[in-house]
Amino acid sequence: MEKNNNKAWLYLLPSLIFLGIFMIYPLFDVMIYSVEEGYNFASQSFFGYGTYNFSYVLRDPYFLQALKNTFLLVIITVPISTGLALLISVLLNSITRLRDMFQTIFFLPYVTNTLAVGLVFMLLFKKTPYTDGFINMILHWFGMGPVDFIEGPYWAKMFVTCFYTIWIVMPFKILILTSALASVNPDYYKAARVDGTPRWRIFTRITLPMISPMIFYLVITGFIGAFKAYSDEVALFGTNLNAAGMNTIVGYVYDMLYGDSGGYPSYASAAALLLFAIVLTITCINLLISRKTVTYS
Amino acid sequence: MKIVLQNVTKRFPNRNKKIKEDVVAVSNFDFEIPDGKLIGLLGPSGCGKSTTLNMICGLEQPTEGRILFGEDDVTDLPPENRGVGMVFQSYALYPHMTVRQNIKFPLENRRGADRLSKEEMERMAKEAAELVQIEQLMDRKPGEMSGGQQQRVAIARALVKRPKVLLLDEPLSNLDARLRLQTREEIRRIQRETGITMVFVTHDQDEAMSISDMIVVMDAGVVQQIGKPQDVYDDPDNLFVAKFLGTPPINVFNGRVKDGSLYLGEEKILDTPSVGDGPVTVGIRPEGFDIDKEKGVLTCALRSIEVMGRDTSVVANHDAYVGDQLRAIIDSEKRPDENSKEVRFRIRPSKVFLFDPETGKRIRY
Amino acid sequence: MEQTYAKIEQSARAANRVRTTVTYILLAIWAVIVLFPFYWMVLTSFKSYSAYNSEYVPQLYTTAPTTENYVSAFTEVPLAKYFMNTVIFAVGTTALMLAVIVLAAYAFARLRFAGRQLTFTMYLALMMIPNELVIITNFVTITNWGLRNTFLGLILPSVTSVFYIYLLKENFEQVPDELYKAAKVDGTSDLMYLFKVMIPICRPTIVTIVILKVIECWNSYIWPRLITDDQAYFLVSNGIQEIRENGFGRENVPAMMAAVVVVSVPLIVLFLCSRKKIMAGVSRGGTKG
Repeated sequence: MEKNNNKAWLYLLPSLIFLGIFMIYPLFDVMIYSVEEGYNFASQSFFGYGTYNFSYVLRDPYFLQALKNTFLLVIITVPISTGLALLISVLLNSITRLRDMFQTIFFLPYVTNTLAVGLVFMLLFKKTPYTDGFINMILHWFGMGPVDFIEGPYWAKMFVTCFYTIWIVMPFKILILTSALASVNPDYYKAARVDGTPRWRIFTRITLPMISPMIFYLVITGFIGAFKAYSDEVALFGTNLNAAGMNTIVGYVYDMLYGDSGGYPSYASAAALLLFAIVLTITCINLLISRKTVTYS
Repeated sequence: MKIVLQNVTKRFPNRNKKIKEDVVAVSNFDFEIPDGKLIGLLGPSGCGKSTTLNMICGLEQPTEGRILFGEDDVTDLPPENRGVGMVFQSYALYPHMTVRQNIKFPLENRRGADRLSKEEMERMAKEAAELVQIEQLMDRKPGEMSGGQQQRVAIARALVKRPKVLLLDEPLSNLDARLRLQTREEIRRIQRETGITMVFVTHDQDEAMSISDMIVVMDAGVVQQIGKPQDVYDDPDNLFVAKFLGTPPINVFNGRVKDGSLYLGEEKILDTPSVGDGPVTVGIRPEGFDIDKEKGVLTCALRSIEVMGRDTSVVANHDAYVGDQLRAIIDSEKRPDENSKEVRFRIRPSKVFLFDPETGKRIRY
Repeated sequence: MEQTYAKIEQSARAANRVRTTVTYILLAIWAVIVLFPFYWMVLTSFKSYSAYNSEYVPQLYTTAPTTENYVSAFTEVPLAKYFMNTVIFAVGTTALMLAVIVLAAYAFARLRFAGRQLTFTMYLALMMIPNELVIITNFVTITNWGLRNTFLGLILPSVTSVFYIYLLKENFEQVPDELYKAAKVDGTSDLMYLFKVMIPICRPTIVTIVILKVIECWNSYIWPRLITDDQAYFLVSNGIQEIRENGFGRENVPAMMAAVVVVSVPLIVLFLCSRKKIMAGVSRGGTKG
């Protein structure tokens, strides 16, 4: 086929311009920001280059709090949501009646506005002088509570955050796992039945290995997603996350950039790069583990 | 172990929910599979042969009828309690396990009193692998093997628990032509060596004819004929069986019987004293034709001649023929002149079958 | 022998029934957990202000539903304005994005040019860059351009998506080469071919991309929050946050819920109408956010 160099570049031009301005240039710019010490947003001047921004961020108690919150969130929500999604997908795959209905319902959180539904969650969990809220009513039936999940103790706030995060991420995981399960050749199950394989053994020895690539895909995207948590927390606790003690790393980045505590793009850049480094490291570790354990792909 | 199917019927609810009537996959299957034989279930796709196999295996329950293994009624038993082995069309080898792990897998399922020691399992796996001659491949994974090798592993895995019955679903369909020939000999050999009762399903008549002790021809859920391959070929019960068996396929004519003789068009072909007058459907096997310039009874318009070494295929046409062109297989030495317009055949009576034009049932004479 | 078979059969059947029951119960529990927040927001939005505030123990139903909250949602806060802004934002972003990605995907799929493979690999590599990293500079860029509190500022940074270029390119490549050659013989220009042949053939994929992008736009919060502080340019997400913190006076929860319902309904309707498309599109590589 003939070469049409100029025409092709013309077609690519719009995307090149946008990607150049809003992705490639910022990528280098953020690295420069992160080493510019004492950057002043108003005068756009700085003292010199160095690693001060990083050490400042790493010593900032707000950042450490955000780091702790984010890690807790990741460690709690990724295994629970993946396991729960696996259970639900297996159950879904074992039925035929009402399956479409359940699938549709389970997917609903994916298409909802995080902020809007977060407000509902806040309402359900919140304890006010006028009412203990719905969740506390249930806790009361079991002789527990009342606990203020929104402005109360740290563990309670962490619980709501994890609960809401899991609720939000489940649709995607259920969708991926049900289609992974459905794509396993039914002959494998028939063969196992002819051999009288117990159900649990079919699950651990055949089903799990067969869908293990998808599980690892979900674990990796789950880690990445959970490390970037932010809007869920805003929905539950409001925009001033530092005050609530529930900030996340991404939240810290935005707070440094903008808002009441904002105007420090250098600190924001340093924090964003730290986040990127953490996510990259964890993803690499995950990939290494998966190469050892995902035996089939 | 002999297998007895008594009036086995399988109905499925119609997939199109608007149609209330069930789909009959298998209807009134009645057959006794003798012990230690190789049986081929043969028919076009969707004829119910795989459903029959699945019912023998226990993967599906018959809607009506009983299935007996020897004297035991196994109709309600799940597959693992029937002592059957099954080889799937896709082989269903677990891709994440080595050949050794695959073969051992059925043994590891045994619990309680039947539980086997590690050494015992290893020994049995080795035996099964030796039987199908794959002992040098034990540490490979299925993805690293050819189709023929995978097929052998699948057979070894099905045989390792020493089943009384081995079932194979389209065992050769995923292999190329050369491997197919080789593998079907292999299946025959394994059956002879183990003396196990084997039932296999195929849509390929060559496959079924060449290795089966007996074939069961099915169509639309109904058994058409059961018998030794050659008997079924030489003596088909109905038009479907006659058409389904044989390559090239049987030539079909619209004929008529008048005064105890069979006519194709205006030509009198042979005497059929016991058949009443009226129209009949006539099937003549390609090898039932002989060239005879003088005494030939069937005159056809010659289309072309295809010489294939020992045999020659004569393509011709006749007004009574159903379809486009009839095909006769004759000895190459007796082939007619290519340029002649006409060709005359003598017909061997044993290769001519008459069928009722309405029902397709064989009319014997 | 007969008897043991019967027993095996019977116990297997009983176990099966128990398993099926447990399966449906567990699925129903999760369905309730998923649906309950939706039920709660609809329920609360129909309770009157006074009725809601007098419930110390929350009521699971209401005997006197009222629509007054929906009236105040549209009159007391500029919800309609937020709505319109979001529609403008979603339509603008999606339309611009389509133009950009269709052209790029076409170049990669159909045109042969020097450096094509290398350029495409570079594009794919860009997928790994997290949004958080580039958003800082984009914020500064848009601020410096004086585009804060404008639709242009909202839209510009999100008009390219490497992932969608990739998706569309794969789809374009499935259109047989012969069609292109035939069109060339007939003297069709590349652009004509793109519009008359490629786009109609690949319409299902394009529709999926549009739906996914609209969902993304409807839910976007972080960028709009950074770039707008004038309520006249708030999108629904920011509007909800604003309502929560300053709207309706404090604690008019039923009115807030009415706003939340209004914001949630369009996407749920969109989802129910094109369920298959959305789910297929998401499973092909979308992630939340």
